[in-house]
Amino acid sequence: MNGTYFLSLLVFSPLVGILLLAFVPKTQERTIKWLGFLSTLPSLILSLFAFVQYLRGYRLEHLAEKHDWVRFADFPFLTEPTFAIRYELSIDGFSLVMIVLTSLLATLAAVASIHIKKEWKGYFMLFLLLEIGMLGVFAAGNMILFFIFLEITLVPMFFLVGKWGGFERERAAYSYLLYNGIGSAILLIAIIVLFARTGTSNIELVKEMLHNPAVEAQLVAPISNDLRLGLFIALLIAFGIKLPIVPFHRWILRVHVQAPPSIVMLHSGVLLKIGAYGLIRFGIGLFPDQFRDFAFWIAILGVVNLLYGAFLAFVQDDFKMVLAYSSVSHMGIVLIGLGALNEAGIQGAIFQAVSHGFISALLFLLVSILYERTSTTAIDRLGGLAKVMPLTAGCLLAGAMASLGLPGMSGFVSEFTAFLGLFKTEPVVAAIGALGIIMTAVYLLRAVLNMTFGASKRDDVQALDMSLAEAIPVFVLLALIVMIGVYPHILAKPLQATIEMMMNGLGV
Amino acid sequence: MSMHTLLQYKWGMMTPEFIVLGTALILSLMDLFMPDDKDRRPLAWIAFVGVAIALIATIGLIPAKAVSILNDTFRLDAFGKAFKLLLLAGGALSLLLAFDYRPKEGLKDRGEFYYLLLCALLGAMIMASSGDLITLFVGLELLSISSYILAGIRKTSMQANESAMKYVINGGISTAITLFGMSYIFGLTGTTNIKEIALEVQKLTDSGYQYILAIAFLMMLVGLSFKISSVPFHMWTPDVYQGAPTPVTAFLSVVSKTAGFVIVLRLFITIFAQAPAQGKDPSSLLFSMQDYIAFLAGATMIIGNTIALKQRSMKRLFAYSSIAHAGYILVGFAAMSWVMIDSIWFYLLAYLFMNLGAFAILQRISDEADSDDLSHFAGLYQRNPLLAVAMGIFLLSLAGIPGTAGFIGKLNIFLGALMTEPGHYVLAAVMIAATVISYVYYFGIFVQIFFRPADETSSVRLSIGLTIVVVICALGTLLFGIVPGLAYHFLEQFDHFSDFLQ
Repeated sequence: MNGTYFLSLLVFSPLVGILLLAFVPKTQERTIKWLGFLSTLPSLILSLFAFVQYLRGYRLEHLAEKHDWVRFADFPFLTEPTFAIRYELSIDGFSLVMIVLTSLLATLAAVASIHIKKEWKGYFMLFLLLEIGMLGVFAAGNMILFFIFLEITLVPMFFLVGKWGGFERERAAYSYLLYNGIGSAILLIAIIVLFARTGTSNIELVKEMLHNPAVEAQLVAPISNDLRLGLFIALLIAFGIKLPIVPFHRWILRVHVQAPPSIVMLHSGVLLKIGAYGLIRFGIGLFPDQFRDFAFWIAILGVVNLLYGAFLAFVQDDFKMVLAYSSVSHMGIVLIGLGALNEAGIQGAIFQAVSHGFISALLFLLVSILYERTSTTAIDRLGGLAKVMPLTAGCLLAGAMASLGLPGMSGFVSEFTAFLGLFKTEPVVAAIGALGIIMTAVYLLRAVLNMTFGASKRDDVQALDMSLAEAIPVFVLLALIVMIGVYPHILAKPLQATIEMMMNGLGV
Repeated sequence: MSMHTLLQYKWGMMTPEFIVLGTALILSLMDLFMPDDKDRRPLAWIAFVGVAIALIATIGLIPAKAVSILNDTFRLDAFGKAFKLLLLAGGALSLLLAFDYRPKEGLKDRGEFYYLLLCALLGAMIMASSGDLITLFVGLELLSISSYILAGIRKTSMQANESAMKYVINGGISTAITLFGMSYIFGLTGTTNIKEIALEVQKLTDSGYQYILAIAFLMMLVGLSFKISSVPFHMWTPDVYQGAPTPVTAFLSVVSKTAGFVIVLRLFITIFAQAPAQGKDPSSLLFSMQDYIAFLAGATMIIGNTIALKQRSMKRLFAYSSIAHAGYILVGFAAMSWVMIDSIWFYLLAYLFMNLGAFAILQRISDEADSDDLSHFAGLYQRNPLLAVAMGIFLLSLAGIPGTAGFIGKLNIFLGALMTEPGHYVLAAVMIAATVISYVYYFGIFVQIFFRPADETSSVRLSIGLTIVVVICALGTLLFGIVPGLAYHFLEQFDHFSDFLQ
């Protein structure tokens, strides 16, 4: 395959959909929905194609793209054109996996968007813009481009939550905007400091400049150890807000509850992962020494996240809230894996990022199906679902099982490897953290069993089981979850090179 | 001065100024001799064409070498050319807004309206090219006095009267303070020529003189902060913006502000960057004053953005937003990095497009409703989706979201603040925090436009002048956001303003 414009094509293919949608009259509901769905397919096909090729031994380096974009301060006395921001896209195994996850979830979320009630045209245009942003984040080869794509996700999310969300949608949209705006702002400071000091924003080049003492002379200005520490903490906070790490998690609850379920699929499936991705790519990638010093505290933060999320999920009455806290809790496992600072741990963290993407997408898809029929997500009002909607109830139970880490499903692999890693380095912390797994089982089973079994609380037997259009994405997701659970190698292989490189960087 | 010397000057260097002056003269004569009952709106097109020709003439002058004529009082260097382009472009677009300005009570003095706008523009252009404190001051006053009248041109409106009054009084005080600072400079150096001053101040190594110079610097900085509407002389901005006719507000916020930054940069860089400073560390007086400028920048950003949060009147909101933007640009100045002039120029270019575009839409909406309350924007998306999207582009750019020129402008200023050693971390952090605060009110307008239902269902139609402005501004905002290289490549012709810095 010729790689010249492959990544650009992959990232920007939803743009075609946006342009086409602009010419479709507002009232053509069916056309718009079909067009929106079809527009997510090109990037899905391209990313799956790349994934298969990569598994067969294709080198992803060939896909890298580089074009001149903008140049600040092009001084005659500087021999190299520094302060140039190039349009650089490049991927490795890790980003490829995230791209596949993104494009897959985008397609499935587009299917789930059939429940959207109004203004489909605007909805799908923003939806596709969001997809461009998310794909771009993972394909970006330099930090400024990464930031630009990250900011591009901010705007459509604000509108999607604020216009198509639930009762308190505007508040949720604002809290999303402000929390993430602050996160991005801190990230921007860190990125620009690095850019200003090194003269380049290419991730690989910056990495080399930071670790190779020989190129110290090439730096525009020196980067002291104190500054490195400051930058690392800035990155930790910036991505900590996106992940979210516990004191910064309030916004995610509002978004999870208020946003339309199809958008929450993407938010919880992909956008939260950007935090993990950034922490791994920039945190470990650029500042391995600082990361090593902080590893213990990151593991602690992870345990706090895990337990805090789990305890609060236990006391919620609303299933959406249970899932929101469950997301907080599950992101703790990512941190635990990273804090372990060994191969198993990091592998577990990445696995968890991907696996939680599928699982939470599945659960929110089911929530959208339930809400469509019953107009509620309150647990005690949903009792006895198994009688009226056996298929949906069954899938819900399967999703919960995957989420609590039943062996044979993706959740198990990630939790297992993450904890395996931590038990090696910090057994005591790991032991406390392991309580969280039990808690997970408790809160998920409590919620799901209350919803599915017991006396049916519904006297209107209008509640019908899911239709074929709804069942397809559900089964696709379930199949993927089981596939990763049974055959984790399909993820482990593409990630191998990235993890090895990280371990090299960490020097452990 | 004999006729011979007068003819020797390269008058061609002043072509743009002469064109604007000529157009203003023609307009005033036409206004005088036209029958009273005749509609004067078409005069705006003559003014517009005049400014457009001046713009083309300025572009034609770009390859010319730096030259100074009239006993060094008028300098045409790269700096002057680059900023004159901004001034002329801003002036031309403001004239298009003025053409379509239809206040409820009508506007009787339309002819004056147009040629006063041209006079103000002429003043700004003279400021951009002045090589002498006297020409600089004349340019400043030409701009200011024309603006005072323009602000109060709606004679029957109480609000306009109040605003013009406030503008004159505040402007007078600030002019006095500026002049006070200039008089110190004159006293110390015995000359009003900027180049000569720059040579003279280098000799002032005695610490006693340096205190006086520092006082002169601070006086001028405070006085000129009026024109760029930054703290401490920002209080007039919301009142005047609200009371003045919308095209005048747009003109003040873009052209007048650009002119203010032009004068600040020209004066302070040429004079104070040469003056030696006390102590060993800072290389010049300007560098030793960095902290004061940084403080003003920080205060401007915080005050502008936080007070904007509470505004219901769109013009007041944009006034505070314009104060905040002055703060961002001051960050570029305070950082004193190598990219200072480039970044300020680019930011002003971006600001020109995004702010004039927003004002064009604001003018349409507030003219219709005869009020500039935020709620009139409700449901704009239903009433005219394209216009809503255009407004969205301007607001995103003002908020500094990627994909727009505003983002690149902020990025460049930000880079400048952090590339110096030691970096201005606090200032950069304040700028970022202020930007996040600004999200709240810019997105608040979004909420009105896209989320709220409209009171009226009739579709909003734009007249010809406003359409041109909105289209040009939207294209400019996006174009320089997606391919900013265009503007930076253009700037490379100016060779980093080396002829100005020498």
